[in-house]
Amino acid sequence: MACIDEIEKEVLLSGASFAECRAYVEKKYPEIYYVDPGYKIFDRHIIGVPPIAIGLENDFVVFPFTKPCYGTFLLKIECHEEAQRVRLLGKKKRK
Amino acid sequence: MADALTGQSALLLMGCPEIPVQTGIGLYLAHMLTTHDWDVLTAGNPSVISLLRVSDPEKHYIRKMIDLDRCIGDIVEKHRNFDLCIVFAHNDAGISYAATMHHISTGRLIVIVFGRNAETLAALIDFPCETIVEKAVHNPNELRKKIDEVFGWHASTR
Repeated sequence: MACIDEIEKEVLLSGASFAECRAYVEKKYPEIYYVDPGYKIFDRHIIGVPPIAIGLENDFVVFPFTKPCYGTFLLKIECHEEAQRVRLLGKKKRK
Repeated sequence: MADALTGQSALLLMGCPEIPVQTGIGLYLAHMLTTHDWDVLTAGNPSVISLLRVSDPEKHYIRKMIDLDRCIGDIVEKHRNFDLCIVFAHNDAGISYAATMHHISTGRLIVIVFGRNAETLAALIDFPCETIVEKAVHNPNELRKKIDEVFGWHASTR
């Protein structure tokens, strides 16, 4: 798996709060899974306040990525392998 | 006042170094914990590590450092754990790191919330931990006093 910094990605939110990222995912994506802090995705451990919402849209994965100086980014990356892994390991949102 | 802290391994998890008091308080905490027989590891991003290296070139105070992401990974993968974790938080990201430490680490967690928005940020903490909250930006003295009280150092150091 390539490093997240080297992967082609779309930045949906930048310099956001963690709560803003969660709200965005929950509002925009019909397929949502929740993971715990430390969940590994694209070779990085997700930092955040649980529950951490990950949105899926086919093979696109939408997840928060936190940096100490820049806040939290909401990234959208296409990856079949990671999307399937989230479906397997995440907790699906109850409707 | 909390119980006087004694133990073995301590982690200082530093946030973005843009608020001046962080580096000074980090050096102070590392020194005081080491003096009280703690084995201290300091984690930070490359800027934090550079600041500390320049501030303490002979490693009198900060003896061991680690990249922040690597440290988080080591804890998640059970290669490291700490009896005490102190997280510095002056922005939303700092609170996210503190929440993460609460979830992945089993040790005692103290969150130092500082900066101009300290009280607002502290209100975001909804997980069990101890907090030290002070609107410190440039002057570390009031924050240091609160830290001394929590750690029971005030009588022995002045």
